[in-house]
Amino acid sequence: MLDKLKDFLSHFFVTGEPMIYGADVAILLTLAGIIFVLTYLKKWKWLWREWLTTVDHKKIGIMYMLSSLLMLFRGGVDALLMRMQLAFPQWHFLDSNHYNEIFTTHGTIMILFMAMPLMFAFFNIVVPLQIGARDVAYPFLNAVSFWLFFFGAMLFNLSFVIGGSPDAGWLSYPPLSGMQFSPGPGQDFYIWGIQISGIGSLASGINFIMTILKMRAPGMKLMHMPLFTWSVLASCIIIIFAFPVLTVTLALLFIDRFFDGHLFTMTGGGNPMMYINLIWMWGHPEVYIVVLPAFGIFSEIVATFSQKKIFGYKSMVFSMMIISVLSYFTWVHHFFTMGAGANVNVFFAITTMAIGIPTGVKVFNWLFTMFRGRIQMTQPMLWTIAFIPCFVVGGATGVMLSAAPADYQYHNSYFLVAHFHQVLIGGVVFGFFAGLYYWWPKMFGFKLDDRLGKWAFWTWNIGFYVCFMPQYALGFMGMTRRIYTYDFDMGWGPLNVISTVGAFFMGIGFIFQAWQILHGIKYGERDVTGDPWNGRTLEWSIPSPPPHYNFAVIPTVTGQDAWWTIKKERKKKKAKETATFSPIHMPKNSGIPFIMSVFWFIAGFGLTFHWVWMAIFGLTGVGACLLARSFQYNSDYYIPVDEIRHTEDSVGRVG
Amino acid sequence: MHISKLIILSVFITIFLAGCDSRYLILNPQGAVAQKEYQLIIFSIILCTIVVIPVLGLLVYIVLRYRDKPGNKALYRPDWDDSKRLEFIWWGIPIIIIGILGFATAKTTYDLVDPPKKDVKPLTIEVTSLDWKWLFQYPDQDIATVNYVEIPKGVPVQFVLTSDAPMNSFWVPQLGGQLYTMPGMAMGLWLQADHKGEYFGSGANFTGEGFAHMNFKVKSTSTKEFNQWVKQVKETSPALTKADYSNLAQQGLSLEKSYSTIPKGLFQEIVIKNGGQYYSQHHHMKNEDMKIMNVASEKQVHAQHEHQEGGN
Ligand code: HEM
Ligand SMILES: [Cu+2]
Ligand SMILES: [Cu+2]
Repeated sequence: MLDKLKDFLSHFFVTGEPMIYGADVAILLTLAGIIFVLTYLKKWKWLWREWLTTVDHKKIGIMYMLSSLLMLFRGGVDALLMRMQLAFPQWHFLDSNHYNEIFTTHGTIMILFMAMPLMFAFFNIVVPLQIGARDVAYPFLNAVSFWLFFFGAMLFNLSFVIGGSPDAGWLSYPPLSGMQFSPGPGQDFYIWGIQISGIGSLASGINFIMTILKMRAPGMKLMHMPLFTWSVLASCIIIIFAFPVLTVTLALLFIDRFFDGHLFTMTGGGNPMMYINLIWMWGHPEVYIVVLPAFGIFSEIVATFSQKKIFGYKSMVFSMMIISVLSYFTWVHHFFTMGAGANVNVFFAITTMAIGIPTGVKVFNWLFTMFRGRIQMTQPMLWTIAFIPCFVVGGATGVMLSAAPADYQYHNSYFLVAHFHQVLIGGVVFGFFAGLYYWWPKMFGFKLDDRLGKWAFWTWNIGFYVCFMPQYALGFMGMTRRIYTYDFDMGWGPLNVISTVGAFFMGIGFIFQAWQILHGIKYGERDVTGDPWNGRTLEWSIPSPPPHYNFAVIPTVTGQDAWWTIKKERKKKKAKETATFSPIHMPKNSGIPFIMSVFWFIAGFGLTFHWVWMAIFGLTGVGACLLARSFQYNSDYYIPVDEIRHTEDSVGRVG
Repeated sequence: MHISKLIILSVFITIFLAGCDSRYLILNPQGAVAQKEYQLIIFSIILCTIVVIPVLGLLVYIVLRYRDKPGNKALYRPDWDDSKRLEFIWWGIPIIIIGILGFATAKTTYDLVDPPKKDVKPLTIEVTSLDWKWLFQYPDQDIATVNYVEIPKGVPVQFVLTSDAPMNSFWVPQLGGQLYTMPGMAMGLWLQADHKGEYFGSGANFTGEGFAHMNFKVKSTSTKEFNQWVKQVKETSPALTKADYSNLAQQGLSLEKSYSTIPKGLFQEIVIKNGGQYYSQHHHMKNEDMKIMNVASEKQVHAQHEHQEGGN
């Protein structure tokens, strides 16, 4: 009996790796620390009332942001471990198995648990404020989305210490990811971690489409919307078409694994090529899901800090919409080498190149927004300017990749690794950083330190080029991706060492940023105006951080750059704003999203270990939560006028 | 700003110059197929540079000129946000460039469907990716090798690819691009070496623990030397039996090996065993060899059915 238990535990917990024991200890200590601090400061109630049950889009946005920065840290440490191994392949810093797990979790985490939630953080924090709304269309659903993402991510991360991580690559091609070649629970962690958070993403997509279409302030026509809001709309349209594909694909993979199906194995009539098509039908649009909002962010920043209207607004909108449609017709470029035949390859090569056209147009529009402007070198603007050359080169290598016969040579090589990191880091991550610096004062009421910010900026940027430019060369040298070791006589050693040095520079950049945040909390320059950048859009018209109802009085919009227009009018009239308040209708907090997601987590854990009783228990809990919600009748309330006046007075707004 | 741009530029220059360095395998094509791909690569680099360089120049110019410094006299027009003429230009130029590149891409793609050289009888080699090694069978010579291939120079080689393990990708950078090996399917890839030499080959698609070690050598020799080598293999190597094959197919690494004969129809059997009978090869392969293979597989399917019915 005892032996059996021992045997079980040694499989259940990942054993035999000093690094993993370290992680075990760190996780336990962190948990104990959190529990102690919360108990000591008597903060449990506060945590529950203010955060775990909140339906306030701004708080949800902040929670998205914090979780995704944590995930950036974890994904980044993974990256450094891999780079260490590749710089000194004979050193056996990591063995093959461990390396495979790390690149799989690194890729999955970076895309699904870092980039996606950081993007949702901006959706949540910015969109309602930009369109003059008090909330999103479905606040309760919004909380559900967040907690599903959070517990999905936790489930995925748990695999590191319990059961073992997935190791079949971030897109888990069968047959490698099938039961025969991946018998452990790692793959199931992958399936359920993504599946649970994916449901949340789909719900967010729907939520923000409805928010943008239905909740705009009076007078704001579609063609008056700020470009960031447009980019969110474009991104959400892709989400609602792409994520169901992912859900179905992973469900089918699970059927193969759990019920011994043959959907993706040839023996029995299935076909792995079907999986690869399906997963890329989600996977390619996915990169546009995360990069379009970054484009939106850059558009806001470039206009604000060039102190000029955005150039070619209509082209910008049009190009984003074309991209969101075209993104659906390029997926085959991820497997030109799967033998689909010349006609198919030519078709997808050309659709892929075609995406370069609207993307290029955007670059020119950004440039000409700066042209004849007055460029202020603030932190958000620095990242925006750095983004342009990085993205232009990354885009160019993308066009090179899209020439199908050339891709026969680049495919699965380091050329590809360099390319996608260049667009993901130079486009998405730089964009999200720019957005963080830009909206930070709005979220928290203080600015981040400039000097530390510059250090972070330069270490990230120099590190980036030092890390990834050599990888293009390594691709030309024939180095394939996902290898943990290579022969010295291939001549790949020196460039790999350089690349690793660059990666560590980026790591230092991240430390500067963490420092910047801590520094800012203590010393950060407070923003009392609510409009520290002399902004153009409505979020800058309210105090920072905004009161939980956002707008005491909903503004009326007459054109683009609504806040800019209001400011101009005011200057002309020199009149003070006098407002009459009326009670504000708001949703009540609810614990159900959190509790329901815990049940999802339990169900996911059960399904991962193929413990049916536990899965049934979890799913029953989910059902019970849904039932409970459907009997909640008074889920909203009114904020009385007195309270509004009081709040507005306390932030120095005229009552 | 400046520094990063200089870095990009110098890296690209390094890559170009380094092209002369023989370690840059893709920039040193040694066969007709690789040559075509190399030309397309260079052409696409040039086309991209035509766009990238002016954009970078423009960026530097604009950022320097329109900085918000006291005393900056450059024109400032905060409400200027539209110019049909300019937008026409930057919608137009990329369309033209993509048009040109698209055309070149299509042409090369169609070129690579057929054997690079048509006046020589091609050689067929059947490749199977295993966990974690490569098996090469020469159906016409009736020999087999593991983890190395020998080919005659100047002769187009039709590699017929499959896998008896997770899917991999067969890649010999200096001879031409890669193609996936997939269980239950047979795919054709033309390659050709124009010179004598020894080339690096590897698996490019991740297949688990031993993946990093799935390299192999491709040796190209004169036709005479090739025939001698075949003869030598026939005389000195053991035969490949089905039992040997099942051993090879076990997970694990392997040294280079040669075999003097191969069991008849082994390759077809591998394809069919992995589900080939459910899959019509016509879109993957359309040359004569595969027609033969299809006939073979049909026979096998029948045999299998009879076997099953008999068993019941
Ligand atoms: C911060 C610096 C980063 C470094 C140094 C880095 C490094 C690496 C390395 C060494 C690999 C493995 C390559 C291989 O063995 O084939 C890798 C793979 C990958 N990375 Fe990153 N990475 C970074 C950031 C990111 C970001 C921000 C994203 C996405 C938003 C990302 C997405 C991926 C993906 C999708 C893979 C492929 C995983 C797979 O092969 O299954 N990385 N990265
Ligand atoms: Cu793609
Ligand atoms: Cu196939």
